[in-house]
Amino acid sequence: MATAVAAASSRVAKPPVKRPAGEAAWRWLREHLVVIYAALALLYMFLPIFVVVMFSFNNPAGRYNFTWQGFTTKNWTNVCGVPGMCSAVTLSLKIGVLSTILATLFGTLIAFAIVRHRFYGRTATNMLIFLPMATPEVVMGSSLLALFINMNVSLGFTTILVAHILFNISFVVVTVKARLQGLDPRLEQAAMDLYANEWQTFRRITLPLVFPGILAAALLAFSLSFDDFIITNFNAGSQTVTFPMFVWGAAQRGIPAQINVIGTLMFTIALVVTLAVTLAGRRRAHR
Amino acid sequence: MPEGSLQDLRLVGLTKRFGAMTAVDDIELTIPSGSFFALLGPSGCGKTTTLRMVAGLEEPTTGAILIGDQDISRHKPYKRPVNTVFQNYALFPHLDVFENVAFGLRRRGVRNVKQQVDEMLDLVELSGFGPRKPAQLSGGQQQRVALARALINRPQVLLLDEPLGALDLKLRRQMQLELKRIQVEVGLTFVHVTHDQEEAMTMADCIAVMNAGHIEQLGSPTDLYDNPSTVFVANFLGQSNLVRAQVTGTDSDNLLLNVQGNRVVVPRARSRAEGTEVLLGVRPEKLHLAPASADATPAANTFTGTVLDTSFIGVSTQYVVRTAWGQEVTAFAQNDGRAALVPPGADVVLSWHPEHGFCLDASEDLTAGVVIDDEADVRPTAGART
Amino acid sequence: MTAAPTARIASPTGPASVVRRKRGRFLPYWLLLPGLAWLIIFFVVPMVTLLTTSLQTGDPFNGYSLTWHWANYSDALRTYHAQLIRSFEYAAIATVAALLIAYPLAYAIAFKAGRWKNVLLVLVVAPFFTSFLVRTLAWETILSDNGFVVRVLRDVGLLGANGRLLATPVAVVCGLTYNFLPFMTLPLYASLEKIDPRLVHAANDLYANSFTAFWKVTWPMSMPGVVGGTLLTFIPAAGDFVNVQFLGAPQQQMIGNVIQSRFLVASDYPVASSLSVMLMFLILVLVVVYIRRAGTEELV
Repeated sequence: MATAVAAASSRVAKPPVKRPAGEAAWRWLREHLVVIYAALALLYMFLPIFVVVMFSFNNPAGRYNFTWQGFTTKNWTNVCGVPGMCSAVTLSLKIGVLSTILATLFGTLIAFAIVRHRFYGRTATNMLIFLPMATPEVVMGSSLLALFINMNVSLGFTTILVAHILFNISFVVVTVKARLQGLDPRLEQAAMDLYANEWQTFRRITLPLVFPGILAAALLAFSLSFDDFIITNFNAGSQTVTFPMFVWGAAQRGIPAQINVIGTLMFTIALVVTLAVTLAGRRRAHR
Repeated sequence: MPEGSLQDLRLVGLTKRFGAMTAVDDIELTIPSGSFFALLGPSGCGKTTTLRMVAGLEEPTTGAILIGDQDISRHKPYKRPVNTVFQNYALFPHLDVFENVAFGLRRRGVRNVKQQVDEMLDLVELSGFGPRKPAQLSGGQQQRVALARALINRPQVLLLDEPLGALDLKLRRQMQLELKRIQVEVGLTFVHVTHDQEEAMTMADCIAVMNAGHIEQLGSPTDLYDNPSTVFVANFLGQSNLVRAQVTGTDSDNLLLNVQGNRVVVPRARSRAEGTEVLLGVRPEKLHLAPASADATPAANTFTGTVLDTSFIGVSTQYVVRTAWGQEVTAFAQNDGRAALVPPGADVVLSWHPEHGFCLDASEDLTAGVVIDDEADVRPTAGART
Repeated sequence: MTAAPTARIASPTGPASVVRRKRGRFLPYWLLLPGLAWLIIFFVVPMVTLLTTSLQTGDPFNGYSLTWHWANYSDALRTYHAQLIRSFEYAAIATVAALLIAYPLAYAIAFKAGRWKNVLLVLVVAPFFTSFLVRTLAWETILSDNGFVVRVLRDVGLLGANGRLLATPVAVVCGLTYNFLPFMTLPLYASLEKIDPRLVHAANDLYANSFTAFWKVTWPMSMPGVVGGTLLTFIPAAGDFVNVQFLGAPQQQMIGNVIQSRFLVASDYPVASSLSVMLMFLILVLVVVYIRRAGTEELV
């Protein structure tokens, strides 16, 4: 026993072996491998964005904007010079806003029902929320088209709006639900204990606390709607052209560099908005 | 707004069942106005359910809750002259301290809240904290805000649900005194729910010990401690040595007991037992321990035994003694320097004054209410409730 | 702990227990009504319509009628099984590739980013704010024959002198991998972020080296994210037709391309519908089996 202890302590007491420089470098690399890999992955994710931004300043020679010809700002000064593009953007914005408002409303109501109530058919409801998210877009788009064809509905603005509300509802429910589940029920009990009736409790406590979730859901819904091509393509008909549909058509006929301008703008606006929200949230938390 | 006269809180036949489980079982209780009242019991005893029924967060299955003559048991929480300090405080995270405290006043349409809020923040020693958000406060400060937020409404009854449970030991001690001071200052009825017997005894004028949905015993802290009426209370409030005994006779004021051949005297007034089989109880600090060689006071009750374990705690020394018939009893000795430490293995005589013994019903389980572990260490969970 | 009965009372918490008694039993149904009605009319009913359409016969000029023509399915399979199988292949490869890219990224954000977590998350999602189609066109530029990538690959001999990336399966899978990356990264991050780093330290303390600690603690605990992320990547990838259109060639056509062109170009609704039904069915079977195998059933 005593000898074992002595042996152990002598092993500890041995002076540390001096490591060669190569080993130190290897250690450093091993410790930072994940971070380096992540940085590369992030770079990879931004690669197409660099291309989009760069080629928005390209002066393409022919109808396609694939090779760098020379710098120009004319795509930026003349964004709407391409026939049909700006009206397509406007249409996408319009559908985006309308579908976001309605889907956020419907989805938020469902989220409240699911989190706050036990009712008959709750499991089926959850299933019905989940299924659209597990459905490939071609299937959802083509099934809606099949319905519209069978009902002799003419395709256009309304059918696109219907489709966008449909695929947005589930995402809103999931986002708001998560926030609502994280809400401590005692806060609402405390409000009621402090003389707030049901409506005042909802208005003063529940809504302000769930609002970030609803806002996130709305932002998500808007970007999904603005960007959707596959489902829209099935249900738009030939006359109504959203921005993604315009890009699709342009890819067959010739791609104006102004498309990159719109792409750059979308990226910049979204990035600024989300970064501002995130940083504001962080400042609030640290103050 | 219950300015004017304060009224008693009465629970009449109050019962709450969750499915087959009876959480609160036919409770009868009157809480005098202006008192600091504690509902004490282990987790699951129904104390929090009782509190939630008074607050209006749970609907009684049967029974009534009265303030004065008014039955409020079916009123909505926001229609009751009752406010709660919630476990973990439930401060509104999106409102600053000022607005948290002003919340109740604003809901009742009070226009000028500033002066009242400032006074209340003064009372809980948080002047100047108004613009802060709850997340920027320490646990103790949050606790004070929760208290101020409830107190500002001057409720007929202030309910405190384990208000100190989330604080560390030192802060808890400090807040106990603070709460007591505030209660005296505002003169409102405080009903305090806790599993911590020390906390209840420090603060409350009157304690109801709850167990399995009913009230075991009601009384002042000293009364409950010195004169427990059930094994549960004897074990849950402090510690007790309980030994089985036979009643051999009575004289004018006393019961004469036989404990394994030892003759023991207990005042008749201190017996809650019927029949000839009883449990004799003595608190460990009431036992006087002396080496067997020394002469025992002849008037006192005595046992002989052998010291099994001696634990030096600082202010006192805790002895575990095996009695002649093999039972282990505990004795505390003050380290006042008058007696030397008795080592394990020594033969000793345990003696106590007859006034310090008590008798309980022998049919009870000897281990009822024994606190094995300090609950405070496992409790700060959001979901767990008693 | 005490010897007294300590059974916890399962009191129904939540303001629901207070609120419910007055507002009535029908409130949840009123809340559900608009949204669920929408889902039923425009999701469930169309699925049924899709099914009946897949059993119709006729032609684009005289219209179609329901004849319970189950042979539509065998015809569709006979003609398009290659595209169907290819869709699943490409989607599977793209999903694995996305997992390999996204896992270390999500891991680094969850455990190494410190106070920059949220900013990095925004950066991860930001590229996907540009339109899906514009992004894919950008990849067309990057992978084009006289682009930088192809030039380098030709110089180092990984591609022949006339070798190209566009119009190859490689380009299509690259596009699929890239386009659905946030659907992989975010669920992975969400479940990695919940893991207490002290668990890994505890594993290290109990004689697990870094690799074993990862394999025995971190990876199993991130399983919900892995399952969620792979499904959210695989499903849209399997049904996509944009990447093939922009980056591939007719030889790489996937089932989405067929459904799209059968429906919108050829107006061959029954065959297109039967392909849609089969795709949906296969995906659902896959999802159910996969979730069962992975043992994480509380996905949504």
